Amino acid sequence: MRFEAPRDVEEAVKVLAGQQGAHVLAGGTDLLVKLRSEMIEPELVIDIKRIAGMRDITAEEGGWRIGAAVCGAELGEHEGLRADWPGVVEAAGLIGSTQVQGRATLAGNLCNASPAADSVPAMVAAGAVARIVGPQGTRDLPVLDVPQGPGRTALERGEFIASIWLPPRGERAGDAYLRFIPRTEMDIAVVGCAVSLSLDEAGRVSGARVALGAVGPKVILVEAAAEALKHRALDAGALDDLAAACSKAATPIDDKRGTVAFRKHVAGVLARRAAGIAEARAKGETA
Amino acid sequence: MSRIHVTTTINGDATEFLCDAEATLLDVLRDELGLTGTKEGCGTGDCGACSVTVDGRLVCSCLMLGAEAEGREITTIEGMADGERLHPLQKKFIEMAALQCGICTPGILVAAKSLLERNPDPSEEEVRYWLAGNLCRCTGYDKIIRAVMETAADMRRAS
Repeated sequence: MRFEAPRDVEEAVKVLAGQQGAHVLAGGTDLLVKLRSEMIEPELVIDIKRIAGMRDITAEEGGWRIGAAVCGAELGEHEGLRADWPGVVEAAGLIGSTQVQGRATLAGNLCNASPAADSVPAMVAAGAVARIVGPQGTRDLPVLDVPQGPGRTALERGEFIASIWLPPRGERAGDAYLRFIPRTEMDIAVVGCAVSLSLDEAGRVSGARVALGAVGPKVILVEAAAEALKHRALDAGALDDLAAACSKAATPIDDKRGTVAFRKHVAGVLARRAAGIAEARAKGETA
Repeated sequence: MSRIHVTTTINGDATEFLCDAEATLLDVLRDELGLTGTKEGCGTGDCGACSVTVDGRLVCSCLMLGAEAEGREITTIEGMADGERLHPLQKKFIEMAALQCGICTPGILVAAKSLLERNPDPSEEEVRYWLAGNLCRCTGYDKIIRAVMETAADMRRAS
């Protein structure tokens, strides 16, 4: 195996495209595990952390651009990001231990393409967009469209994600992410649910995005759930409809961590609770 | 395959080493540099026995390549005591018997020190969450948590 740490995107794209089976290294918390277990045996690993901007969080067009090598701990320490997108930050913060938080990245969580990735539903609910660089230049792709199935992404040969952009938050808006795990920490989601919503001046939902993780081969954007909330106050009836839409949209498998019926039920329960937190945040009641 | 030449800082000392591209920072510390205080438990980032700090950030050295250390500042358990003078956490761990077999102890000390640098007055819950990535199969954690809490209190009084 060879190791390269290019200084700019053009060079990184060139070496990545020039070597079949080369792997990109950002935080490495998935890549190193695969390397050590010999799940992968790449000829070349390309560390992108030396490229300008990869470790930066910058305000852009009212939103935030997050470099592909920004770690979870850095997200949690960024006040502006925490204020605008607390759900995305808390979802990323659930990944692994303090040590893993010192390395793991949003872009890496997305590219690992685990159906249970915690940050992905939160990014999808937020309407996040991945900036992809490659031999054909730069393209922007909604985070929703990056995962194609377990371990598979829409990235072509020679491409990698350079950054994630979170859109402007807007007034009276909030997001939240909740997951179910059988422990209190250091576990993989059995079900994950993210809700992002905005309220009108009367406190009714003016727009919503609801995303589920770990209940299908890839993240699910539940459009019926968003429809169920539209122009309604988040009363018991609206929350019942939200929960029903999420339970219906979930397409989980049975495994040792949860049955289909349990996961479908929990998808609804988490949606209800996450919507409550997002609403409180939208009203400025909680951080 | 030629080995990679890396220039870095370890426990405040400018250090150079040669490593293979596959070598983790943990491999380099233990096998190239003889810094065997950093332990290998799982090798997959689950147990925290290999905890070190890189540019002040707590990480698992098994999840980082040695080549990535270029230009970084690494701190290991060997950098914790000042010569013969133990760090307050080390003293307290001995005093309160917050260890049994000891293999997790260097990682826990490095992690706990990193916590107290950020938060000199953590709640028990904060200590437990911060150390959730450091597994100990002997103690049941209670003495470890209490030793960290008491050290924090001592250090607050001393400052």
